[in-house]
Amino acid sequence: MRETTHKNARKRKTGRRHPLATVALIAIGLGLTGGAYAAFNATGSSADAATSSSSDVASGKKLFQANCATCHGLEAQGTDEAPSLIGVGAAAVDFQVGTGRMPMAMQGPQAEQKPVQFTQKEIDQLAAYVASLAPGAAIPDERYLDGNGDAAKGAELFRVNCAMCHNVAGAGGALTQGKFAPSLHGVTARHIYEAMITGPQNMPVFNDRNITPEGKRDIITYLQYIQKNPSPGGFELGSLGPVAEGLFIWIFGLGSIVALTVWITAKSN
Amino acid sequence: MTATTATETTAKKQSFTAAASNYIDERTSISAVVKEFGRKIFPDHWSFLLGEIALYSFIVILITGTFLTFFFQASQADVIYHGSWVPLKGIQMSAAMNSTLNISFDIRGGLLVRQMHHWAALLFVASIGLHMLRIFFTGAFRKPRELNWVIGFTLFVLAMAEGFTGYSLPDDLLSGNGLRIISGMVQGIPVIGTWLNFLIFGGEFPGDAIVGRLYTLHILLLPALVVAFIALHLVFVVVHKHTQYAGPGRTQQNVAGYPILPVYAAKAGGFFFIVFGVLALMASLFTINPIWMYGPYDPSPISAGTQPDWYIGFADGMLRLIPPHLETVWLGHTWVWYIIIPIVILVLFLILVAIYPFVEAWVTGDKREHHILDRPRNQATRTAIGAAGVTFYAVMWAAASSDIVATHFKLTMEGVIHALQVTLIVGPILAYFVTKRICIALQKKDRSIALHGYESGRIVKLPGGEFIEVHQPLDEYERWRLVSYDTYQPLMLRPNSRGKITFGNRFRAGMSRWFFEDRLEPVSKGELESGHGHH
Repeated sequence: MRETTHKNARKRKTGRRHPLATVALIAIGLGLTGGAYAAFNATGSSADAATSSSSDVASGKKLFQANCATCHGLEAQGTDEAPSLIGVGAAAVDFQVGTGRMPMAMQGPQAEQKPVQFTQKEIDQLAAYVASLAPGAAIPDERYLDGNGDAAKGAELFRVNCAMCHNVAGAGGALTQGKFAPSLHGVTARHIYEAMITGPQNMPVFNDRNITPEGKRDIITYLQYIQKNPSPGGFELGSLGPVAEGLFIWIFGLGSIVALTVWITAKSN
Repeated sequence: MTATTATETTAKKQSFTAAASNYIDERTSISAVVKEFGRKIFPDHWSFLLGEIALYSFIVILITGTFLTFFFQASQADVIYHGSWVPLKGIQMSAAMNSTLNISFDIRGGLLVRQMHHWAALLFVASIGLHMLRIFFTGAFRKPRELNWVIGFTLFVLAMAEGFTGYSLPDDLLSGNGLRIISGMVQGIPVIGTWLNFLIFGGEFPGDAIVGRLYTLHILLLPALVVAFIALHLVFVVVHKHTQYAGPGRTQQNVAGYPILPVYAAKAGGFFFIVFGVLALMASLFTINPIWMYGPYDPSPISAGTQPDWYIGFADGMLRLIPPHLETVWLGHTWVWYIIIPIVILVLFLILVAIYPFVEAWVTGDKREHHILDRPRNQATRTAIGAAGVTFYAVMWAAASSDIVATHFKLTMEGVIHALQVTLIVGPILAYFVTKRICIALQKKDRSIALHGYESGRIVKLPGGEFIEVHQPLDEYERWRLVSYDTYQPLMLRPNSRGKITFGNRFRAGMSRWFFEDRLEPVSKGELESGHGHH
């Protein structure tokens, strides 16, 4: 035992005095600090995720006050110029700012689409800020936006609920006093969904009881179907119906045939 | 010997056609007809082919329409769609819509034929319209052709009816809404409206009878009438001989041009294939009436931008232009003036178009036959009336697309409608005066050219120091075109045989003054001779 102890002591001694001991110590030390740092960092980033909305809300608030508050008020409470945004939810911000409608260039019959003014990160921050004010429509779940629903059902829902303003082919149409329902060609699934749940401009809100999320998915599926599959009949002439067809037959149809009559009768002279 | 064989073979060769023709002629006496038609002369001018466009597009309509009847089911029975167009799969619709979708997607060549049929229908009515404008502005409706104008007008109305009944057959959302408007207009007719509506639709709108009824009209009654009236129209063209533009060697007694056989028949046959080809090209490249987008008819939905085909646009536009809320309750009936007034305006407009030749004949009191066409400028008042009518029609037509005008030109819908309401009244008046002034100015220009020749741009200094521009005299052929036209003097107001001046006389004299007060007499021979000395 003693010998063992001695042996051990000797062993320890030799261990402590081992030429590589310093190297090992330094390695352990570095490893520990590095690990601790890494661990600290990890906890730091998880803390970040937890407080991300609060920092996003803070940046969103700054963005809001710099870009939106002139009309919507410093606390988004609304002014004579623009409505209150308390309770409109993240979806409304994502739609309005994400399609370039907000910030508005000027007052008019309705906010016009224009190039998007913010990055998606800034839009998310603004949305987080507005969503933090009061509960409202949230950004839609990805699974409703995949366009794999039932196109036929979506087409029927679209005809009954949307076509009276947006036209059966989604080509858009006129409303009163210079307002209009825009063309839905090229609008992303996310923005279509958000428009349905927030009712931007003159559009009514289609809540989940009115059209279920699956129904909205079907509508998106239909719109994507008619965009991906060009008309079986050939060029669509703007999908504007008989007005475009009438102009076409008079100008190009009859026009070209009259030009040919001139040619036929000119030859003999 | 050999010579005899040769003659025998030629004799045999000749005898084959000769015998065949002889066989037919002896049994039908057709040679007289061939002689008459084959020698009929057609003058060559592009504007004389407009009616032919209508004829040929009608033939295309007949051919393609026959194909469509093989597959179309004129029934409103409920079926579930199981065809190829994904966004309608499993949707309930009428058999009519279902069969039209099947024609479009599941029958080989069906969509091409359907689109040719529809484009040809639009071209048919458009070319009739253009043909009528040519007849109007050149005065080709004058004696002896007044009745043929009325026949042509009837064809125009029949073509619109054919178009509308055909447009309604697929029972899609767009055409169903068109029928809805017709139903509303019928109901707006005082007293009998409601009952008439029940009669047409077999009960309440939409019912399940209307597609079958429209189909019978579309493929039986209306085409038979169109064919009959076209035949009548063409017989009159042969009987009257063709009109021609004034020119050297062309008189009221002759027609200068090519005989039908062989030149004109070849040309016309070729032209048929050109029209057919243009229509086939359009049908293969451009979508028309995409019923698969519109979906089946259902009384609740409606699409933004719902319009009728172009030829019904003027009626739709008039309905949009009439101010809303014009209603009175009288004798226990609601009198919906916003329906009654548009119907009256449209009917009056069409009646005026139909009877114009008789009105003008009455105003001029001219009983002569006219085979030489007018240049529009030389009949300033008629041309101005035509321009006013075209403007009136065009404003109604434009109003039918008010919503599309609003969105595409970034205007308000109310602004477009109000502007068109004003234009409907002011536009034709302005068009009348502007056109009349332009015509008279052109007459003055013609007159000065006939008298003094063209400006040559060559300035000459005379020995006395005076500068003059040398005018280049016209050759006689051109001068003939400028001076050979008729004018009328306003009728004198004279008492009739009983020595009375009746209201009718007074009215007629007033109309005559309106027509012919502002006129330039054609250059006379004396003026020409004295005019030559000037420059």
